Amino acid sequence: MSAETPVLELEHLGKRYGADRPPVFEGLNLRLSRGAYVAIMGESGVGKSTLLNLLAGLDEPDAGRVILEGQELGALSDDDRTLLRRRKVGFVFQAFHVLPYLTVEQNVALPLELLGLARSERAARVAEMLRAVGLTAAARRHPRELSGGEVQRIAIARALVHRPRLVLADEPTGNLDPRTAAQTLALLREQIEANAGAGILITHSKAAADTADRTFVLDALGLAPPAAGA
Amino acid sequence: MKCSRDEGGRAVWGVLWRSQMHEQPLRLVVTVLAIALGVALGTAVYLVNSAALNDFALAARRLVGVADVIVRGPREGFADALFVELARDPQVRLASPVLELEAAIPGRREPLKVLGLDPFRAAAMQPALIGDLEAHAAELFPASAILVSASAARNLGLKRGALLPVVVGSTRKLLQVVGVMPESAYGEDLGIMDLASAQWTFDRIGRLNRIDLGLDAGTAAGAFRERLKSRLPPGSVAVAPASERDRAVTVTRAYRVNLNMLALVSLLTGAFLVFSTQSLSVLRRRSSLGLMRSLGATRRQIEIGLLGEGTLIGLAGSLIGVVLGVAFAEGALRLLSGDLGNGQLHAPGAVLEAAPAALAAFLLVGTVVSALGAASPARAASRQAPAQALKGGDPRSGNAIRGSIAGAALLLVGGALAWLPPIGGIPVFGYAAIAGLLFGAVLLVPISTVSMLRFAPRLGHVVPDTALAQLEDNIGMSTLSLSSIIVSFSLMVAMAIMVYSFRVSFERWLDKVLPADLQIREPPGSDTAYWTPQQQAAAAAAAGVSRAEFRRTRQIFLDPARPPVSVIARGVSATRAATELPLVRSLPPPTPASGEPAWISEQLEDLYGYRLGGAIDLPLNGRARRFVIAGIWRDYARASGAVVISRDTYIAATGDRNANEASMWLESGAEPSRVIASLRAVLAPGGTAPEILATPVLHERSLQIFDRAFAITYALEAVAVIIGLIGVSFAASSTVLARRAEFGMLRHIGMSRRQVLGMLASEGILMSGCAVVYGLVLGGILSLVLVFVVNRQSFNWSIELALPLRQLTLLSVTLIAAAALTAVWSGRAATRREALIAVREDW
Repeated sequence: MSAETPVLELEHLGKRYGADRPPVFEGLNLRLSRGAYVAIMGESGVGKSTLLNLLAGLDEPDAGRVILEGQELGALSDDDRTLLRRRKVGFVFQAFHVLPYLTVEQNVALPLELLGLARSERAARVAEMLRAVGLTAAARRHPRELSGGEVQRIAIARALVHRPRLVLADEPTGNLDPRTAAQTLALLREQIEANAGAGILITHSKAAADTADRTFVLDALGLAPPAAGA
Repeated sequence: MKCSRDEGGRAVWGVLWRSQMHEQPLRLVVTVLAIALGVALGTAVYLVNSAALNDFALAARRLVGVADVIVRGPREGFADALFVELARDPQVRLASPVLELEAAIPGRREPLKVLGLDPFRAAAMQPALIGDLEAHAAELFPASAILVSASAARNLGLKRGALLPVVVGSTRKLLQVVGVMPESAYGEDLGIMDLASAQWTFDRIGRLNRIDLGLDAGTAAGAFRERLKSRLPPGSVAVAPASERDRAVTVTRAYRVNLNMLALVSLLTGAFLVFSTQSLSVLRRRSSLGLMRSLGATRRQIEIGLLGEGTLIGLAGSLIGVVLGVAFAEGALRLLSGDLGNGQLHAPGAVLEAAPAALAAFLLVGTVVSALGAASPARAASRQAPAQALKGGDPRSGNAIRGSIAGAALLLVGGALAWLPPIGGIPVFGYAAIAGLLFGAVLLVPISTVSMLRFAPRLGHVVPDTALAQLEDNIGMSTLSLSSIIVSFSLMVAMAIMVYSFRVSFERWLDKVLPADLQIREPPGSDTAYWTPQQQAAAAAAAGVSRAEFRRTRQIFLDPARPPVSVIARGVSATRAATELPLVRSLPPPTPASGEPAWISEQLEDLYGYRLGGAIDLPLNGRARRFVIAGIWRDYARASGAVVISRDTYIAATGDRNANEASMWLESGAEPSRVIASLRAVLAPGGTAPEILATPVLHERSLQIFDRAFAITYALEAVAVIIGLIGVSFAASSTVLARRAEFGMLRHIGMSRRQVLGMLASEGILMSGCAVVYGLVLGGILSLVLVFVVNRQSFNWSIELALPLRQLTLLSVTLIAAAALTAVWSGRAATRREALIAVREDW
């Protein structure tokens, strides 16, 4: 894979739920290179979650293509898409979704275990990642013993520990106070850069969107830069 | 604003109930049905047994009539001079002489009960039975005249004027039916003859075996019976009418209690289902409950609301169960004539009587049991701190430690109770021991599961290791899932071990008691059929017979309050007893010189308190004869007890050289069917009744009867297991639904659907594996109580412990497979693509 190959390409992407219903969106085009970090904003119900599902290969478009590091997702089987997602995509959710019955380090190690990394390498990468997100001291603790900001840092560490090419963050600061939110976004950005990947931040927050390199607004007509003064 | 603490209770109740109905309507329906099934089985077993017992009691009342005291002798009877003596007693108002016999009918296995009586005296003594007969008494006077009940006429195909063959010795005699009694007079098969005719027909001239006495007003029957003791010949007893009426109740009590206990097991498993359903439902609704507490609902309102849910489930289930139970009972009476397996409660005339009080009791039991199942989760939910509840997750508390202490205490108490004796022939403490061990073990499930999971190896693979971590961390929920299946699985294991042990012991016993090639017997219980010495000699000399052993079986009374005991006179000696009898204990030969040896069955040891080496007085031919108890043997054929003595001794004491049972060893190469034909010609010259069977056939038939007797046991146990499996499936589906978002996340980070399902299957296997290990250990312990306490105290016979390894392995594998499949099946819906969107729902 050459350095010029985009991490993500969307070509005329469209999705609708039912032939008699209007499309959620259509004609979406986007190209993200390494190091790119973009924010996507939009009103509720405009299709942000649908877009994330398509990007992650969890749903199939009705039109257009999603190409992740040169591989068109539509051409892959469900198992192959799962493997691709396992290797190249990291997720951060608004509701964190860490496993309460695993310790912090076990949660972070999950993607590495799925990739089948050796125990020693796993341990080294997890330790490195926990250091990066400031959770080394909490490695053996369970998520329920931590604050919301700390739990979201676990989620960020888990999303990045396997060095994905693409990080998809869905309202990652929606449940956090402004100060913690700012710290979390900075951390996310820093870690995406450190991994030389690309990131997409879905958010309602103008302040959050401002941490990205570029911002797009999603509506039925596609992705467009925000109107001036918005 | 004034505000009472209980205001809003209705609102709380409404919200809880709506959420229950909204979240888990199907589970609710199945839980209601599980309770319904438990109640239905309990109701049906009770109603069927009650109907059969009522039928027996009615029949016994008709036979006893208005007698105050009944004098009973051995089946061969006593001299009729006793009647004359008793009739002259100043305190006796009326005496009615009776010859009561079980007459063998050619071609029929069951004998016909025949009463030979004085019609005029009996009309006054048993008015309901033959009150109408008095005017036509003269019709009974011809020597062969017999009056039959409507039931006997139906079953034997008789009508007025028909001829009825009976077997006396080995010859056929013909009786003429002079009338059929009205249906209302007597519900079972019965024949009535004039006393003199019966004595003449059955070769019992001058003999009676029963005298009914009506006493003068003011005479105390109990005191009279006591005084009578000294005037009666050995082997005759004075019995209170109540003992006669309650005989069926007494004889079948242990069996009926066992069936009721099995039905209770189903109900108990249903209660565990309520417990686990409500507990899981409370766990699922923790956030909602926390929210309601935050909004002002009191602890009490939450507790009452949840308890009310359980009560309502119980009430609905019990209502359905009672209706189903009545229907089941109606079907069982119609199809099985009231006999649920033990053969002693066969009552074709039994009529279902669904007493409202009994039905109300079952309604109450089902409702209360269900409410009890809901009580613990309701209390736990109400004690939960709202903030913690809102946060979600599996609550942690010190309850596990308290539960473990209580569990250990219950185990100790249960273990101790198993050593206590029965009460009234019922192993009350044995059942209490099982309950104690079961509940104690359930309370120890959390700590045991944690220990077992700690030993489970970490494989270094994400799928099994994540499954293990989730089980360990959610031990509360895991325990709930385990409890209901552990209860039913351990009971199933215990029952399987008990029934298998019994079957193995029964087979060994058959091998011991059926050593010969052919077995011959007159109809069991028959008093009239036998073989003369000449016939015995001819049979022993028949072509193909290498050895013959003839036996004489009679019935004697050792205690007026108990059913008669069998005396078996056979060719046994002190030196050969160990090879010829299924002995469990014996004196070393030779027998002490203090008396002839006798070998008693275990029932005599348990019921009458006879001991090895002690003495037993047997009334033979009107004289008491003392024997030394040289051994105790196992007898699965005669529940009321039996004693074996040497036939030579018996003949010397009674002069009775006749026999009614035999074993024949064939010469090598002899064709059994030919030998049977020649034996039949000798022993049944007139086409009479003896049953001649090759031993393998009798062996097979006996095992079929055994299996039939346990069919209802298996059916009731299967119901309990099915309810337990439903509990596992509920737990699995509930857990999976609650973890939908978790699966969504795992799919997002690259876990394939197969891996998620594999994780669920691993959890199912781990959990059910724990349940299997636990259930096998617990079931093994419970089986010891069943085998050595409940069985022994109920039926007064011992069985040897044997393990059905193949059956237990199959059960274990089936349970684990079912649990894994259920988990995967539940997981399939939760891991569908649409469900993955749940990961973005706020939970």
